[in-house]
This record gives sequence, structure tokens and C-alpha cells, in this order.
Amino acid sequence: MTEIDENKTLKPVKEERKEKFRNLSNIDIKRLYSPEDIKDFNYAMDLGEPGKYPYTRGAYKNMYRGRLWTMRQFAGFGTAQQTNERYKFLLEHGQTGLSVAFSLHTIYGFEADSDKALGEVGKEGVSIDTLKDMETLFSGIDLSRISTSMTINGPASILLAMYIVAAEKQGHTPDKLRGTIQNDILKEYIAQKSWIFPPEPSMRLIVDTIEYCTKYVPQWYTISISGYHIREAGSTAVQELAFTLADGFAYVESAMERGLDVDDFAPRLSFFFNSHNNFFEEVCKYRAARRIWAKRMKNKYGAKQPESLRLRFHTQTAGVSLTAQEPENNIVRVTLQGLAAVLGGTQSLHTNSFDEALCLPTEKAVKIALRTQQIIAHESGVADTVDPLAGSYYVEWLTNKMEEEAEAYFDKIEQFGGVIPAIKANFFQKEIANASYKYQKDIEARERIIVGVNDFQLREPCSTPLLKIDEEVAKEQVKLLHNVKNKRNEEKVKDTLRKLKEIAQGTENLMPFIINAVREYASIGEIISTLKEVFGTYIEDSVF
Amino acid sequence: MSESRKIKVLVTKPGLDGHDRGAKVLARALRDAGMEVIYTGIHQTPDDIVNTIIQEDPDAVMLSMLSGAHNALCPVIMEKLKANGIDDVLVGVGGIIPDEDKPLLKKHGLQGFYGPGTELKEIVEFVKNNLKR
Repeated sequence: MTEIDENKTLKPVKEERKEKFRNLSNIDIKRLYSPEDIKDFNYAMDLGEPGKYPYTRGAYKNMYRGRLWTMRQFAGFGTAQQTNERYKFLLEHGQTGLSVAFSLHTIYGFEADSDKALGEVGKEGVSIDTLKDMETLFSGIDLSRISTSMTINGPASILLAMYIVAAEKQGHTPDKLRGTIQNDILKEYIAQKSWIFPPEPSMRLIVDTIEYCTKYVPQWYTISISGYHIREAGSTAVQELAFTLADGFAYVESAMERGLDVDDFAPRLSFFFNSHNNFFEEVCKYRAARRIWAKRMKNKYGAKQPESLRLRFHTQTAGVSLTAQEPENNIVRVTLQGLAAVLGGTQSLHTNSFDEALCLPTEKAVKIALRTQQIIAHESGVADTVDPLAGSYYVEWLTNKMEEEAEAYFDKIEQFGGVIPAIKANFFQKEIANASYKYQKDIEARERIIVGVNDFQLREPCSTPLLKIDEEVAKEQVKLLHNVKNKRNEEKVKDTLRKLKEIAQGTENLMPFIINAVREYASIGEIISTLKEVFGTYIEDSVF
Repeated sequence: MSESRKIKVLVTKPGLDGHDRGAKVLARALRDAGMEVIYTGIHQTPDDIVNTIIQEDPDAVMLSMLSGAHNALCPVIMEKLKANGIDDVLVGVGGIIPDEDKPLLKKHGLQGFYGPGTELKEIVEFVKNNLKR
């Protein structure tokens, strides 16, 4: 048994399966929870009504009785033309928002024909070099009627600029546009590793987008503060919660330092969390996140508007939990993870495809993933009432516990002097490396069971059909890029890039100048190279 | 090789893929198994990797690749090693490598393939038992 104090009546009557029951944050779980575990529980202060401070029960009063979550499947591969076809397929099958995955060369700001792009073009996402590709990507899709999430960080301002101009060419003004850019550079240094510039100029670019959108693209979510990648890199749920919210606080502080009013920009910040295997741990993580954010925004940053206090989030099921062994089992994992996200009150959801430990998802696998969400929404009944798990002794205890442990991390980060100094000291990177190594050791010691991997294995050959990206895609993309370069006005491109460099050397907002360069069909590669001349690049120490 | 010298392994990530969880976990497992481990970090070009191999002279190299760039990058790395007269280094790859791609990579001299769900001790044994010097 654990050292946890239990009174005699609660003593187990026989020996238990394991000496300790621990969730993925290594928190010991007791056999039973009772009113004793939430002695100081105060409904109004700890939970409140849904849609009211501190928002523990949900961001909105009616939650899914009003409107279901947005079913948003992350997709992108090959050329813009190929991905455009996938988007149309998803929209025809009832998907309600788009989510763009970009190719690695786009993410790092290299052109498709750069040496650095060798073998990467269109493999992990859609290859975008210029505005022309963006126009193709959304061809036949009305950008005033759809919301689009773009998973892009280092060059987020450039992709947003392209989206704005592509919409303008469809006849829509920026105030009509709805969507999100991920634009969360801090978690790149912490976990995902797709940084370009050092932290300080990166933060400037982010605050530039916040300032610009607040004025001109008011329905746009300017940062999707992301725990997803932190978790995928191997953090625990508590670390995901704590590091993500700490990043959020850092963005708020940076924007306030620029002189922006917290209630002007905070309503357009959103979050992005992972949903992993431990069901209750995930539900409690989301509930704790809402409460921590609301309290901190109100008490520390003086936010007054409900929209500033209300944490809204997107969820993706845990890619890292998918197994290459018996991949069909992943459908069940994804169902449980998706259910946890819904019971935790997510605003939008991506359910992974069962074949993603093997390849990019095939059309069949993507359809099953979307159907999983539709079944949760329309058949299970879980969306009929708000926060149905509230009041459970276990759920409320674990929500409190996760908040407490996150607060302890905030204190540690504070001791480093904030998030950026903690990144430079490799604090997060070491915490995550330790947690991921421990998780792997636990699996190999069979302290954690992964069905089909370290128990119940069947060594049968895998027969899942795979989606493969042809190497021809790279040639096609390079041809598209050269066509654009042959047709554009070189003088105008050079002028806009010269001007961009000049502004980068000062402190003026870069967004209008990025938009001007994009409009002349300057490539992402050219814009990033120009900014690198001023900002430099970032190199990490690789700790393991 | 002599018993007294530690096995030296280079763990590296070719290409632009930043998913370094597996590489770091493996680096640590090899170190815990008593090997000397150098981890290059991410974003290594084939030239970067070959230059590091020339400088560090490892007994084994483990490539970690999840982005699908293996067919383009692995053959280039192997050809460049050959061009530099290096033929006694064991090279394995971990990550997402579909079965149908393995024959091509084997032809270029890659030996071990380790996908999701592999136990670390299996890779440690692979390195110990297949050294070429």
C-alpha cells in the first residue's frame, strides 16, 4: 500500500494487483476518494457555474448544448493542390474547421530547392513557398465562412500575411477572417524545436502579430499556447499544464510591456493541449488549466473582461500513444482520449488516425478518426450536460492536486527569472528528458502496460495500407516556385525586402511590411533570410 | 575491439525533423549501458554527420528519423562515408521507416531498423553485437 493515510474502514480486503497505482504524472492514486479528500471544497469559489469565474466547469454556460466543439482534423501533405483536395474531402464529410500542417522546409523558412529541404518537401505537411501556394491551398474554399488553424511558429507572421492577402484576393477584408496561428515560439525552444530566431526577436514578432490582429484582424486567435508538443516530447501531464500556462503568462507580460491593454488582446489568446491515455488525469488537467488561468489573469494581470479570463482550448489526442503494433487498437485509444477532451470541455478537437505510427494518415483512417468524434458527439450522450464529472471526490481532488503541482512549477520558473532564462538554463528541456526516460523505463519494466507492445503481443505482420509521398512532389514544388519567381516583379520584391530589413532594425511593427513583401510574391525563404540578417539564428545545447 | 575501451556511439538526427524524444531516450540508454555517447542534436545535414563521424571516429552511428526523409538522406550519408573511406562503422536507424523502404536502405549498408515500441535493450544489444571493429 501507499503511505497515504486511510482509515480502517477503507482498508482493502485483499491484496491489490500492484503495490502502487500512479497516473502518468506519477501522482499516487488511492483506492477510494471521499469527502475527506476535498474538505475545503467550496462550490462557488472552486468551481463556479460554467461560463463564470473561475471557469473550472467550462468556458461557456451551455457548452455543447449550445454548440458542439469544432471537429478540426490537422491535415497537410504534398503540394497545395493535393492538400486542397484533402480539405474538400474533409469538409464534405462534415468537418467544421480547417487545420493546416506545413512541410518542414516551410516551418523553418527554407525554399523547396534549398539543400536543407532535401527529402522533406511535402512529407510532414503541405509545402508552401509563396502566396501563390496559399491561393491554391484555399482555392474553392470561402475564407469568410470557415475558420482555419495554422500550425506555424517561426514564420507565423508570414503565413498569416499570406492568408490575409489570399482572402483579400477572394474579396474578403481581414475583419471577416476567423482562425488561429500557433505562433507559440516558447514551446519550440522547450520541446518542438522548430525555432528560427533567438527568443527575444521571436517574442517581438509575436507581439507584432498580437498588436496587428487586435487592430485589423479582430476575430483571429493570435497565439495557440501549446502544451501538445511539450507532452509529445515526453513531459508528464502536470508538466504540460505548468509549462504551457507559464508560457501563456510570459506572452501576456510581453504584450503588456509593449503597452497593450490586457483586455484588448487576452480574449484572442487560446490554448492547445494533448489528450493522453490516463482518462481522469486528462479531464482534471483541463479543468485545472481553466481555473489557474482565470485566477492569474484576474489577480496578477488585472484583466476584467470575462473573455480575458476564459481559457479556451483545442485538443489533439496523443500521437505518441499510438502504437505501430496492431494499429487498429489505436482507434480505441483515440476514442478514450477524445472522450476525455470532451469531458474536459474542449472547444475543438483533432482525433488522430490509427495509422499515424506508420505513415501520414490515409483517407480511410482520417474518416474513422472524424467519425469517432461524431459518435462521441451524437451517440454517447456525454455532450448533453455540462461538466458531468464535477463533484466526484476523485475528480475534484485530482483537479486540486494538479493545480497545486503546477503552482510549484511556476515558483521554480520564477526562481530562474522567468520562462526565457529557464529555457536558456535548459530547465524545461531537462525536466522533459527525465520524464520521457522514466516513462520508457517504466514500460520496459512492465510497470506500465501498453497493449500489444509490452503485453498481449501478437507478432503478426502489419498489413495496414500506407500513404506515401512521392519524391516527385519536391520537383513539382520547385517548378511552382520557379514559375512564380519568373513572373513576379523582381524590383518590387527587392524593395519590399529592403524595407522589411530596415524596419526589423528598428522597433516598428513588422506585420504591414511582411504583408507588402508577401503581396509581391516574395517567398517565405526570402523573407526569413532577410530577417535572419538582422535577428540571427538560435542554436541550442542538446541535453539528454 | 578490446574490452577496456568503451564503445563509442554517435546518435544523430538528419534533416529538419525536430522530434528528438526517441534520440534522447536512446542516447541515455546507451550511456547507461556503459557506452560513450555523443548526441549531435537536431537539423544535421549529411555533410554535418559525415564530418562529425570523421572527427569523432565512433564505432556505431544511430540515425533517428521520423519525417519520411530517410530514403533521400540515408543513401547520401552512406555514399559520403564510402567516399571518405569509412567502412567499419555500424549504422542503424530508428523512427518511422516503412518495411518496404528497408531493402533500399540495407543495400546502402544500413543494418538495424528500430520503429515505435522497440525496447531500448534491443538496440543496446544490436550495437554490442554488430560492431565492425
